[in-house]
Amino acid sequence: MEQPLWVPVLQAVVVFAYYLLITAVLIWAERRVVARMQSRLGPNRVGPFGILQTLVDGAKMFFKEDITPGMVNKVIYNLAPLVGVIAGFLVVAVIPIGGEVTLFGETFTLVVADLSIGVLWILALSSIHVYSVFLAGWASNSPYPLLGGIRSSAQMISYEIAQGLAVASVVIYAGSLRVSDIVAAQSGPGFIDGVPAWYAIPLFPAFLVFVIGMVAEAGRPPFDLAEAEGELVGGFNTEYSGMRFGMFMLAEFMSVVTMSAIVVPLFLGGPAGPTFGLPDSVAWVMPILWFFLKMVGFIFFFILLRGAMPRYRYDKLMNLGWKVLIPVALVWTLVTATFVLIEEAGGLPAGTRLGLAVAAAVILLVLLFGGRASAPDTRSVAKAPDITAGRTPALDEPGSADLQATDHQEVAP
Amino acid sequence: MLSEYLPVLLLFGLAVAFAVGSLVVSSLVGPRVPNPTKLAAYESGNIPLADVRNTRFSVKFYMVAMLFLIFDIEVVFIYPWAVVFRELGWFGLGQMALFIGILGVAFVYEIGRGGLEWD
Amino acid sequence: MTGHDVVFVLVGLLTAGGAVLTVTSKNLMHAALFFAVTLGGIAGVFLPLAADFLALVQIVVYVGAVAVLFMFGLMLTRAPIGREALDGQNRGLAMAVAGGLFVVLSTLVIGAFGDLPTAEVTGPRIDDLGIAIFADWVLPFEVLSMLLLAALIGAIVLARRETGESGEELTVTRIEMAQDRDPDALEREQAALTSGSGGDGEEHA
Repeated sequence: MEQPLWVPVLQAVVVFAYYLLITAVLIWAERRVVARMQSRLGPNRVGPFGILQTLVDGAKMFFKEDITPGMVNKVIYNLAPLVGVIAGFLVVAVIPIGGEVTLFGETFTLVVADLSIGVLWILALSSIHVYSVFLAGWASNSPYPLLGGIRSSAQMISYEIAQGLAVASVVIYAGSLRVSDIVAAQSGPGFIDGVPAWYAIPLFPAFLVFVIGMVAEAGRPPFDLAEAEGELVGGFNTEYSGMRFGMFMLAEFMSVVTMSAIVVPLFLGGPAGPTFGLPDSVAWVMPILWFFLKMVGFIFFFILLRGAMPRYRYDKLMNLGWKVLIPVALVWTLVTATFVLIEEAGGLPAGTRLGLAVAAAVILLVLLFGGRASAPDTRSVAKAPDITAGRTPALDEPGSADLQATDHQEVAP
Repeated sequence: MLSEYLPVLLLFGLAVAFAVGSLVVSSLVGPRVPNPTKLAAYESGNIPLADVRNTRFSVKFYMVAMLFLIFDIEVVFIYPWAVVFRELGWFGLGQMALFIGILGVAFVYEIGRGGLEWD
Repeated sequence: MTGHDVVFVLVGLLTAGGAVLTVTSKNLMHAALFFAVTLGGIAGVFLPLAADFLALVQIVVYVGAVAVLFMFGLMLTRAPIGREALDGQNRGLAMAVAGGLFVVLSTLVIGAFGDLPTAEVTGPRIDDLGIAIFADWVLPFEVLSMLLLAALIGAIVLARRETGESGEELTVTRIEMAQDRDPDALEREQAALTSGSGGDGEEHA
């Protein structure tokens, strides 16, 4: 090995601390932003703007009782939260958080390992993460966790496919599974002058599929079916308390950060960005800054989604994943490949290219959102009488109006 | 070659140390006052009634896992193809289109049979 | 011994241990988990051979999908627990077959490759792998899609009931209620939980 041992150690420690720190700040930021969206203040007592709130909450977790209920399968019950956190840290090993850095005469990149199969690494670690959720649900041996666990593991594996297929078109463009190659391939001139060659633009449908998959994979609102409080109490982690619950919280919030970190090199050019002619001694900061800004943009998007969107229904979630996202991603993979081959063969005139892009975007938007107004979900409405048969009349049935009316008269004197 | 994975191993070690360490510290400083209610399954305050050991789930979940396996295999075949398909040209694209097409037929059949209806 | 050898031996032990525990576990879910460990261990065996694409594919497909499919399958069925329920009562025969297979395979492998000089492996690049699959082995690749097609259709046919009977699938889980259980045990639990307030048993009547 040509590098001294401290280089990999430093890489590992820096990346570990980086994501842990950002996760801690994220938890605070989310509470502040969501509070602002709801006309509240949010945590503002501990430290400036309450930024140390997460630290205090984390410390509190240590002093909470960690209950192990009697019916659980102890070994797996203890293992499940660990799997989630560890997989969460490992998945970012292939993501460069900055450019090249020279320290004590050693030049190295701010990435744990730039593996030649980086994209597969991300896919593999996401599938390991499913174990955490599934095993937590199973080991708890209790109805709500069991339902939540199997629901969210089915959700995660579904959207994992959508994400994997979305990344396939990135691989087609870049011609490599190595994350640094994918970043380098996006550094050239853009398709339109003045716009960076980020894959988010030519591969917009794949980008969209990936971002939606990201939210579902992280189990975040509006796709947080795992912890649909109204129906499942807390989902797979219902029987967990104390620090073990804290581990699940950490894993969930960290997946927000790691997903935001993963999308940046794949679709948004990674840490690359203008350095504004800064001298070399300072210029190494810019990639770190660019990466950070792009990632924070996505984290902010996650937070806004949480504040703005109501929860999805489970059947709709699965339908979206299997019947919309996966077919779109599959077709888009072939379309991308066809385009690349046409480009190789000589290419299309710029006007045709732009026109096709606009047409594709319109078709996609119509496919995604066009059907909603014309096709209301009559299925569930039609089913309502079956479910309530022999019990209270449904609200839209004759008779229920009288019920409501009498209620009103009684309540309002 | 294997040395590429050394930093990954270090990161793994850090993550394990952090996660296990947190749980150990918590178990040392946290209180432990069990009582029957705490140790029972949580069912929103009701007395636990369900016997989940013999719970069986809808076959839908199994279908999802089966589809996942098949599409997973498809994805891992698409990746090496995506890396080299410029060299393969139209022939390679045709191959992959056929592969995706055959699975697409199965997928459409599955949807047509209502295998993915969550009712 | 080089670093590669050390890694190989450690991973091999993990794999073998996982395999033994898979067949000796009394709980099916534990067995499935050890099976996942074994499959992950095989991925680890690929790493010192510099075949990291294969290693990751092993994890994605086998650990991430096949083992998960097994576990979903366990949730689907009433998984039996205990040695009697799981044992095929053919231990001696099974051990003899497994042992014989082990002897034959190791003799074959050592006989065929034992004399080869050890060399530093560089491993295939993904490009080489891709060219091999999509240029040299096109037919097997396309046949594979037929295999997957058959698997998928088989699953649909097995899983899907005839139409008309599907109403039962409305219930996502069948949670067995208290009536099916030993009433004495229920009363004891109730007494423990309600700490003496008792007498609210009408709900269960």
